[in-house]
Amino acid sequence: MATVWVFAREVDGAPSTMSLELLTKARDLGQVSVVYVGAGSEKAFATIGQYGAGEVFHLDPGDRLVAAPVAHALAELVRARTPDLILFGQAYDDRDVAGRLAARLGATVISNAIGVSLEGGTATTSHEIFGGAQIAGATFTGAPPYLVLVRPKSFPASPSGGPAPQVSPQALAEVGPADGRIIEAHVEEREGPKLEDAAVIVSGGRGLGSAENYQLIEKLAKLLRAATGATRAIVDAGWVPYAKQVGQTGKTVKPEVYIAAGVSGAMQHLVGMKDAKTIIAINKDPDAPIFTIADLGVVGDVHKVLPKLIEALENR
Amino acid sequence: MRVVVCAKQIPDPASPYRLEPDSHWLVRPGEQVLDDTDRYGVEMGLQLAQAAGGTVTLVSMGPTGTMQGIRQALAMGADKAIVIDDPGLRGSDALLTARVLAAAISKEGFDLVIAGTESTDGYSGVVPQMVAELLDVPALTYATQVEISDGQITIHRQTNNGYEVVQASVPAVVSVTAGVVEPRYPTFKGIMDAKKKPVETHTLSDLGVAPEIGQKVRDVSVAASRKAGVKIEDDGEAHLKIVELLAHRKVI
Ligand SMILES: Cc1cc2nc3c(=O)[nH]c(=O)nc-3n(C[C@H](O)[C@H](O)[C@H](O)COP(=O)(O)OP(=O)(O)OC[C@H]3O[C@@H](n4cnc5c(N)ncnc54)[C@H](O)[C@@H]3O)c2cc1C
Ligand SMILES: Nc1ncnc2c1ncn2[C@@H]1O[C@H](COP(=O)(O)O)[C@@H](O)[C@H]1O
Repeated sequence: MATVWVFAREVDGAPSTMSLELLTKARDLGQVSVVYVGAGSEKAFATIGQYGAGEVFHLDPGDRLVAAPVAHALAELVRARTPDLILFGQAYDDRDVAGRLAARLGATVISNAIGVSLEGGTATTSHEIFGGAQIAGATFTGAPPYLVLVRPKSFPASPSGGPAPQVSPQALAEVGPADGRIIEAHVEEREGPKLEDAAVIVSGGRGLGSAENYQLIEKLAKLLRAATGATRAIVDAGWVPYAKQVGQTGKTVKPEVYIAAGVSGAMQHLVGMKDAKTIIAINKDPDAPIFTIADLGVVGDVHKVLPKLIEALENR
Repeated sequence: MRVVVCAKQIPDPASPYRLEPDSHWLVRPGEQVLDDTDRYGVEMGLQLAQAAGGTVTLVSMGPTGTMQGIRQALAMGADKAIVIDDPGLRGSDALLTARVLAAAISKEGFDLVIAGTESTDGYSGVVPQMVAELLDVPALTYATQVEISDGQITIHRQTNNGYEVVQASVPAVVSVTAGVVEPRYPTFKGIMDAKKKPVETHTLSDLGVAPEIGQKVRDVSVAASRKAGVKIEDDGEAHLKIVELLAHRKVI
């Protein structure tokens, strides 16, 4: 039976949602172990057991820069235990560890996967290319372990029920010149529902014209009990924090309703929200690509449509 | 301070990308442009090198072609370029790319390597981390702010719910987000000077890197796309249509 490892980064004291999605998939592929990176707790490990993993390798980097010490320890573990496949999420820490581990092992990484299978000891993946416009089917040609970075929400997370796993703590050695430290962590205050879980999302793009106008998005979101989202253009411009970014390098969302205001609809944005059940777009350019996937497209000025929409909802 | 900036030439994103029929490799025309993602790295490199006194060297892997993209980065102010072009690099994956870049960078010597967070055409998003491991230095990733003093590099690292202040000693690799600095536009003088700046070329055997590729694309298909619904022109009442749809979907 194939051995599959899942990389699980701790987020708010629990395994990341991404890792639970990967665990659910991994159960179909073989015997599953988890590489858990964070402080760890009985509760966190119990969750991992419920998602079907029998064994946890626990690595706690504390305030050290995660990637180098974790990748070095993991490389030793890989040599000793020879897993066939290691699944990572397309997320920041996952990418950092996967990249360093791959270079250390001389192993190939396939990124942006949305599907993965193991046949006859070789892994096959499907991954997005051209911002998600096309899907490539690829096979690894070398020796295992095969390292795959999977896009969020590619697989639904569902527990299978299982006992608490066996946890083996792993020491993190000194890594010499590659070491670094996390000196402080700044958490931005969050109001309203989380973007990943929200049933309704209101997103804004450069068409809003200025950072101040993002309050139109916030007002509308409040009335709809929605989460607020953004394009990379306005994140990079410093209008809103990265936590709000939807798309290829931001969050992947699947809400009931997604409202995009002043968003052009670049492939890299669409890939993060195209699976919303209903999409409503407001853009003054009738040829904006967002209209090719909108259920209701309003060709109009956000500065006219949004205030009226807000007023109409307030008066209901 | 010796700053090396990874700068990739890519097919112009304004025209649709195509794949070669059998290999499924990206068709790369002779004329490629500087990846917009790397303009931020070049600008950051120029600012840091100027502040500390130093040089900016570009390193770029891929078909050289007309070198338009490299010239763009030189015109911004970089001092020289190292280009690695070799038939064995066609269809290269992230690891081979990183091995080539790391070999060229260590041959050149460096205090700081700057890269983008992901390239526009390939976006594997792991090349900078691989380069760091191969060079045995820290990778400070997803930087929205970078400072260097007394041999220490400190960045603001973008995170899912804010940012972290991360520190390591140089030499190091840093990957920068598109928001980190405002890239300058080349001046006329810059464009003229760029034509005279040195460009070194290397092959795989110069660098002692074997052209091993660990993956093969078997097929490519168009992703399922959803259909457009109705599109209406705002006549002052379009918001009512939105309210109607929201009510129909039971979110209000
Ligand atoms: C490697 C890579 C990764 C990327 N990842 C992401 C990602 O994760 N998420 C993401 O969003 N992008 C991502 N991008 C960027 C993406 O390609 C686009 O540049 C970005 O999504 C555009 O943002 P925008 O729609 O806000 O801005 P623009 O493209 O500038 O569009 C603004 C729109 O507003 C409209 N408009 C202007 N004024 C008004 C008005 N008064 N009323 C109504 N409409 C108006 C315009 O017609 C236009 O369509 C990535 C790019 C690369 C290369
Ligand atoms: N062929 C290349 N030549 C120079 N730099 C590259 C190359 N490929 C990747 N890079 C650098 O690595 C970053 C991330 O690329 P990627 O991992 O392909 O998404 C890019 O923004 C570049 O700075």
